[in-house]
Amino acid sequence: MVIDDLTEIADKERAARKRYTIRCCMAAGCMSSNSKGVKEALEDAVNQAGLQQMVEVRGVGCMKLCCQGPLVQIDSATAGATFALESNEVGPLYQKVTPEDANSLVSTLKGGQTPVQRGDPRHPFFSAQLSIVLANSGFIDPERIESYITAEGYQALHDVLRELTPKDLIERIIKSGLRGRGGAGYPTGLKWATVGKAASQQKYVICNADEGDPGAFMDRSVLESDPHSVLEGMAIAAYAVGANQGFIYVRAEYPLAIARLHAAIKQAKKYGLLGSGIFESPFNFNIDLRIGAGAFVCGEETALMASVEGKRGTPRPRPPFPAESGLYNSPTLINNVETFANVAPIVRKGAEWFAGIGTEKSKGTKVFALAGKITNTGLIEVPMGTALRKIVEEMGGGAPDGGKIKAVQTGGPSGGCIPAEELDTPVDYDSLTKLGSIMGSGGMIVMDETTKMVDVARFFMEFCMDESCGKCVPCRAGTAQMHQLLNKILAGNATTRDLQKLEELCYMVKNTSLCGLGQTAPNPVLSTLRFFRKEYTDLLMPDAFGPRPNAVNGTGHAAAGRNLAPTEGVPSSGK
Amino acid sequence: MIATLFNAKHDRLPKILEHASGDKRFKILEAHMKKHQFRQDALIEVLHKAQELFGYLEDDLLLFIACKLKLPASRVYGVATFYHFFTLKPNGRHTCVVCLGTACYVKGAAKILAAVEERTKVKAGETTPDNELSLLTARCIGACGIAPAVVYDGTVTPRQTPETALDHLKGWIGHGD
Amino acid sequence: MAAKTLTIDGKQISADECATILEAAADAGITIPTLCHLEGVYDVGACRLCLVEVTGISKLLPACTTKVAEGMEIRTDTERLIRYRRMTLELLLAERNHVCAVCVANGHCELQTLAFNQGVDHVRYEYCFPKWEVDNSHALFGMDHNRCLLCTRCVRVCWHIEGAGTKNVSGRGAKARIISDLNQPWGTSDTCTKCGKCVMACPTGALFYKGSTNSEMERDRDKLEFIVTAREKKQWIA
Repeated sequence: MVIDDLTEIADKERAARKRYTIRCCMAAGCMSSNSKGVKEALEDAVNQAGLQQMVEVRGVGCMKLCCQGPLVQIDSATAGATFALESNEVGPLYQKVTPEDANSLVSTLKGGQTPVQRGDPRHPFFSAQLSIVLANSGFIDPERIESYITAEGYQALHDVLRELTPKDLIERIIKSGLRGRGGAGYPTGLKWATVGKAASQQKYVICNADEGDPGAFMDRSVLESDPHSVLEGMAIAAYAVGANQGFIYVRAEYPLAIARLHAAIKQAKKYGLLGSGIFESPFNFNIDLRIGAGAFVCGEETALMASVEGKRGTPRPRPPFPAESGLYNSPTLINNVETFANVAPIVRKGAEWFAGIGTEKSKGTKVFALAGKITNTGLIEVPMGTALRKIVEEMGGGAPDGGKIKAVQTGGPSGGCIPAEELDTPVDYDSLTKLGSIMGSGGMIVMDETTKMVDVARFFMEFCMDESCGKCVPCRAGTAQMHQLLNKILAGNATTRDLQKLEELCYMVKNTSLCGLGQTAPNPVLSTLRFFRKEYTDLLMPDAFGPRPNAVNGTGHAAAGRNLAPTEGVPSSGK
Repeated sequence: MIATLFNAKHDRLPKILEHASGDKRFKILEAHMKKHQFRQDALIEVLHKAQELFGYLEDDLLLFIACKLKLPASRVYGVATFYHFFTLKPNGRHTCVVCLGTACYVKGAAKILAAVEERTKVKAGETTPDNELSLLTARCIGACGIAPAVVYDGTVTPRQTPETALDHLKGWIGHGD
Repeated sequence: MAAKTLTIDGKQISADECATILEAAADAGITIPTLCHLEGVYDVGACRLCLVEVTGISKLLPACTTKVAEGMEIRTDTERLIRYRRMTLELLLAERNHVCAVCVANGHCELQTLAFNQGVDHVRYEYCFPKWEVDNSHALFGMDHNRCLLCTRCVRVCWHIEGAGTKNVSGRGAKARIISDLNQPWGTSDTCTKCGKCVMACPTGALFYKGSTNSEMERDRDKLEFIVTAREKKQWIA
């Protein structure tokens, strides 16, 4: 494979392009609403109408507005245009399509009418998005490498291998300001540099696709919609750090993503884009899939590596960090799906371009999975620093049925609840951390007035308790005790002393647990205590020694709150 | 080893190997292990394959895998019980997986589960006595955009309510009551 | 080998560059409490009792797995560390059924000693009272899961010293337990060599020698009678 071959494939694809493209979402969300049946019906309808020469029915990845699925969109190629990605070609979007609608949809190509509900592609949900990671999602056919190549795929890998030294490449990633999209936000370039510097014959690159946060489905969508962008990102990373073997650790709950990755790896190998001597350079790189088996803790990097080695997925103390001694004790680069998907666009368009998007310390865009009590659920990609209010109210359309938004939960079981008063917060790593939450991998669950925050805290604590690997004491026994205390509070059997005990335990578990799971497990409790303390104190029993919540002047709740000043510094709310 | 406490030698392994020789599924499993060069780090992949072939992981199967991958049996058992995806007892003829991810939870998944539990009279993680239905829960199947979701026999079904869920299970449960 | 100089609790010491903080402290006569640590097998950093504060590092570090470094300033006895240690021990005591009065290891138990030394005079958390069984199927040893801390010392000695691999951990979280082979009664294990290293390694009364528990105590009164009869009636045939 040389660059001319890539161009040839792309040219062939473009030449074969038909007058109309009917794009039908084939990601897991729409598939569960029978989008496969819709696609087949559309193909039949096209054949029946004798339009095979003019119309292509293409299964594509996620088209983002999952709540209205199955989604179908019809593009018409303008003369001279080469690829459907240009937005001026994008045609009408149809929502909640059923196989029975196929004939009327196809008839619109010949001036007919259709009763199918039309979506508004100019709605802020779509127009306020800025797509880097999801640029191809919903447009290319994820099951055909040719489709990705036409969208400039593997161009970046070629350029890197031909024109850049690993050092220059790492320099470029550092300059772009890209930070890890898995949660903690460690600068990606620095991580690459550390692995690059490690002296070892054998190094590994791992893609963490164990998207375990309940309420997050960004990585699944990227893998289902554009698997090659992840493969390309991994190959570029491998070249930068000097690795020749990569692993993608993907959870077993995502069968469609696994199937598409399998197919993508096979195709890339066939074209020589993975394997030995890629683009006739001395660079060799292979990728193998490792399927997880249902353990949230395996999202933690040391636990993930234990799992790749076929062991119980228990974490180990760091240092040594994976960059020094990771998989099979070799230096290992481990990044999240979305991080890798950002790599090729950065190489193609330059570090300055990427650094120009977002805020001072958080560059680029972030993909969020918007779900919960919100009108428009689905996938959004917005520049870092976008106000939370814009995301939930403008793009998400607010709470359905006239409800009022109470809080937004980010970061899953490791994150926290941001109250409605703080909705003007810009979404970036540092602002969310200041609010006691985290960016996390990108799950964003909207909660309305009917949601009880103590119940939410218990939900997450139960999750962490069940998912604790059981290795270290604070996480194993501490989460169980915290869960019990939350149950006691919810049952109305707790006193102010129990609440104090709960808070003390939160800090203890946070500070003494071995891995990220335990260290962040108390976050949902701490953040709800910070912003919704009254909901806790309202549930308490009068305590023989403490202040009575039902004090005469009605200010007893606030008084109880003050008396419960935790033993360790909590950043005061709002600061 | 203390000589006076010598146990009669167990001949479990030869029996299993003999039994395996007559079962095509063991041959497929062994071929799969060979593909991974019988590497110990392929244990999880092999367990996935074994569960796919046999439906669940019984002791003899685990012992067979331990023997072929040259691993202690306790290690294989430890790994098989660490991961939720693996099951050591057979599932019912049908499965119903209620997703309890955050998005599904705030949209009422707990009510769906409670309704199904009440109707089937089994708790989550159990199988009905007639072996017709296994009721399971998932931590998040990533179908948050269409929450609450329930998976019936592997088919993800969107926007469920207690009523639609019970309706779906009608044919699978309740023969005789 | 190069030496590193560092201070532990204000005391300046020098240590081998490969030494862990725990080893360096021990050489300097400073005791850091541990539970999952066992000389001779690798460390796992699981019990979190040996956590120490290192100046300049915001996270607490386990002394057993952290290597010394030049100029390190370590504290092992701050108010916070002492409080956390107590809480960890309380969590352990509340987790399973640690009832010293009827335990074979009473007086010889590392958990009991640690709790005593750290001043844990009561447990503030609710006891979980889980129902764990006792495996008495082995000819020589017994395993009482009620007393187990999941420190995995037994698992490590069984694999890394004896090489038998009989013991491992099954399940996870609070449901994790030590198993023999395929989670079978210990006495039916084909791999156990009856070497007894696991019993020697166990910090509590979870693993014990048969015949040492309260309930197994049998007094052979007949023998006494036999001797009396022999003396008085000159009859040595029982």
